[in-house]
Order: sequence, then C-alpha cells, then structure tokens
Amino acid sequence: MLSVERVDFSYGPVRALREVSLTVGGGEIVALLGANGAGKTTLLSVISGLNQAQRGAVKLEGRTLNGLKPSALVRAGLVQVPEGRQVFGPLSVEENLQLGAYCRRGRQQRAQVVRDFERVYDLFPPLAKRRRQAAGTLSGGEQQMVAMGRALMAAPRVLLLDEPSLGLAPLVTREIFDIVRRLPSQGCSVLLVEQNAMGALSVAQRGYVLTNGGIRFTGTATEILNDRLLREAFLGPEHQAGPTDGRP
Amino acid sequence: MSGWEQLSQYIMSGLTTGSIYALAALGFCLIYNATHIVNFAQGDFISLGGLMMYTLLGAAGLPALLALPLAVAVVAGLGVVLEAAAVGRAKSREITVLIFITVAASVLFRGVFKEVWGKQALAVPPLSPDVPLKLLGATFTPQNLWILGITLAAIAVLIYFFNHTLTGRAVRAVAINPKAAALMGIDTRRMVRLSFALAGALGALAGAIITPITTASYNVGVLMGLKGFAAAVLGGYGNFLGAIVGGLSLGLLESLGAGALSSTYKDVIAFVVLLLVLFVRPRGLLGGGEETRV
Repeated sequence: MLSVERVDFSYGPVRALREVSLTVGGGEIVALLGANGAGKTTLLSVISGLNQAQRGAVKLEGRTLNGLKPSALVRAGLVQVPEGRQVFGPLSVEENLQLGAYCRRGRQQRAQVVRDFERVYDLFPPLAKRRRQAAGTLSGGEQQMVAMGRALMAAPRVLLLDEPSLGLAPLVTREIFDIVRRLPSQGCSVLLVEQNAMGALSVAQRGYVLTNGGIRFTGTATEILNDRLLREAFLGPEHQAGPTDGRP
Repeated sequence: MSGWEQLSQYIMSGLTTGSIYALAALGFCLIYNATHIVNFAQGDFISLGGLMMYTLLGAAGLPALLALPLAVAVVAGLGVVLEAAAVGRAKSREITVLIFITVAASVLFRGVFKEVWGKQALAVPPLSPDVPLKLLGATFTPQNLWILGITLAAIAVLIYFFNHTLTGRAVRAVAINPKAAALMGIDTRRMVRLSFALAGALGALAGAIITPITTASYNVGVLMGLKGFAAAVLGGYGNFLGAIVGGLSLGLLESLGAGALSSTYKDVIAFVVLLLVLFVRPRGLLGGGEETRV
C-alpha cells in the first residue's frame, strides 16, 4: 500500500532523516515509535507532501508521490491527521467534516460523501450529537474525533495519525485507540505515530522504532514489546514494568 | 428646514459614506484574515473602481449593467495580480515586509492611474438619472439608494459565500489554520488569491458607486481607504460584522458631527471617537472573538 524508500531529509545543514524505509500493507496498522525529536513528525511531513524529501521515494500502491502537492496526495488517498488535532475551531463539527471532503466535490461523489457523513457519525457517536457546535468548544478527545473524522471524509486508503493520544486522559486515549483498531475494516490502513509506545503497540500489528532520524528496529508489536534492551533504550525506562499501559 | 428634517438628512448622508467605509473595511478584513497583513493598496482599488466607471460608463457609453460588473472584474483582477506578482512571490514571509510591498504597490498604482487618467477630477455619470427624492424630510438622489442597495447586496453575497458554500468555508479554514487546510487538500495559495480578488471587487464596488457623488480621480480612494481602515479598527480588525458596524458608525459620526458642530471638524470628531473607543476597547467594538471572524 504505502512504501517509503530510503528517504533523506535535512533542515538546512541539519540532517533530520537518514535512509528511512518503511511499508504499510493493506488493512494494516503500523506504529512508528520514537522519542521526542527522533524525526517522526518530519517523516510524516515528508510522506504527506508538506516537505519534499531530498533523496528517496514515497510510493502509494506503486505510484511515486514525490513532488505532488498535498491536494494531489489527498486525492491519491493519503491523508494526515496532524498532531494537536488542529480542528477549525470556529467552524461547526459538520463544517469541519465537510472540509475533509473538500477534494471530493464531483457530482458522482456526492452520494458517497453523504454516506461517509453517516459512517463518521457512526464511528464517533459523540460527534453526531454535536453537529452544529463549534469544534473549538469540544473536549480534547472529541476534537481528536473531529480531526480523525475530517480526515476520513477524504476517503483515505492510508491514514497518517500523528500523536492522537497527546494530552488525552488514559480513558479517552483508550477510546481513541479502540476506534483506530476499527479503521482497517473500513478499508483504511493506518500509520500511527506515537510517543505512547505501549498504547500504539496494543493496536498495531507491526512497528518501527525511529532514533536520531534513522530506523533502529522493526518487527511485530510483540517483538518490540519483548525486546528488553529496546524497551529500555528507545521506549524509555518507564515502560520496563511491563506492557500494561494503554491496554484496554 | 426643521431639526427633524436636518437629522434625517445627516443620517442619510452618514449611511451613504458609511456604506463606502464598510465596503473598504471588509476588503481590509478579507486580506488580513487570509494573510495577516494590512493591504495599503485597498484605497487604490476604490480609485480604480471609480476610474473604470468613468471610462466604461462615461467615455465608452456602456450601459451601467455592463460597466459595473466589468469595473469590478478589472479591479478584482488587479487584486489577484497584487498577490500573484508581489505579495505571494516575496521571499520573505515577514509581515512588515509584506505590508511594505502593499505600500509600494499603492504608490505604483497611483502613478499608473495618474499617467492614464491624468490629475484632474473626472465626472462619473450616476447609475440612473439624477432626480431628487424626498423621504422623511431628507432630500437625496437615486444614487444614494444605489449605494445602500449595492452595499447590502454585497454583504448578503459575502455572508452567503462564507457560510453556505464549500469554497467560502475553505477560505475561512485557510484563515483559521492554513496547515490543517493544506492537509485537507485545500490549495491555500488559491484561497489567499481569492481573498485578494474579493477585496479588489469590494473596493471596485465602493469606488464605482461613490464617484458619481465625489467625482473620480487617480487618488480619490486614498482617504476613503484610510477611513475604511479606521472603520475596520473601530469594529475590531479582521471581524466581518465589526467592519460593517464600524463603517456605518464612522460614516454616521462624521455626518452627525459635522451637523452638530461644523463640517470643518468632521474628520476630527470621527477620529476622536475612534481613539476613545479604542482606549476603552483596544480590540474594537466587536473584536476579540474568533467566532465571527471570516
């Protein structure tokens, strides 16, 4: 589905990504883990076209995406949910969702967009009750739902989720991760970027660990969880106690 | 003339100039919300609107129904050019640099207008024949009604556009959060350009409808643009409803102030009230909330 091949990226003289490669298969949830500053958000910005890779390729179903504008990427089926929700605060929930479907304005797509509204409200029941409410007045968890619902309105094949649990209470985090788990059955693969490694690995099948701009380790969720060295080195000492945090 | 008749006369003329200030203020708001800059060429949009009407309606003899949309389209085009050739092309994203680009553009525009139309005042024919009308003791011309009607229509179109069309919501989304808007596949640059086109169109409308009263010239819009800026500040800079309220209040203040004291002081009265309001409410009458921003 999505493949990132040996991508390099620098901010001026500062090398932020070194030969990063990863793949996300159809119907898969893949976690991208790493400490603050490891390059996770930079990698996402390269994948979603906000930054252009200096070397390497980003491909979706074999088609090279380098150099495409964000609008073309959205049409191709690659949509990012930005870190910190970034909802359009003064606009209503419904208007936010409608803007998510901005690239699907064609006549033929109208019926499908209407169906997708209902699909999103089914997936996020709290939003259905707040259609007319300004998105900025919702709770953090609800705003995360708006951000995810807005992205789903673009009918993505691959969803890039940047730190969905950031700043959310554990209970709300669990609720969000439960919804993430249901996305592959809706025809949407997920690349989940998280600092909350335990939470992310509880929903992902596979994961990549990013440090200093390079992939340090890759494996199944269980392999990453069971690698004691890895846990200590990359996921932080607080996770040594065992894989309980963030699990439902 | 009785006091009552005088009052309604002042109100009528206040609403007329206030409409122009409101249109100019809306233009300032549109560009501010899209780019966070003050567009100092807004007054030149007004001048060009009037000059185009002089040429199309007066010299070329086109019917008003054709001349007005043409004038609006030309100035909207100038707005797009300002964004595409200068503001959007600048290497720097520094606000002060971008604002200065609009100052430079304004000087350039005025120079070109002076070359093309000369320095003298040009008479622009009214949209319909001048017959004096009387209402509640106030004497006015059909042009006053055109000004009020066209301003109301422009405001109605803007409200519909921003609240009920996907493109209008996309412009608002770009104003609220350009990065998130880009991630939704919205072409942010195009939306900014659209804001410049709309600001140009509003300026053109203002110039086209006021110049039959004031006459047109290469710099007729400069002072009106400045008043529009003041009106936008008075209402709360960037606030859509504030621009309308600010524009009409400023027009009424000027007119009533001139009537109560002397027309010599009409600008002074308006600006003193503006300063007083800003001392008490630095964000303007309706400023501060994100809700009504467009």
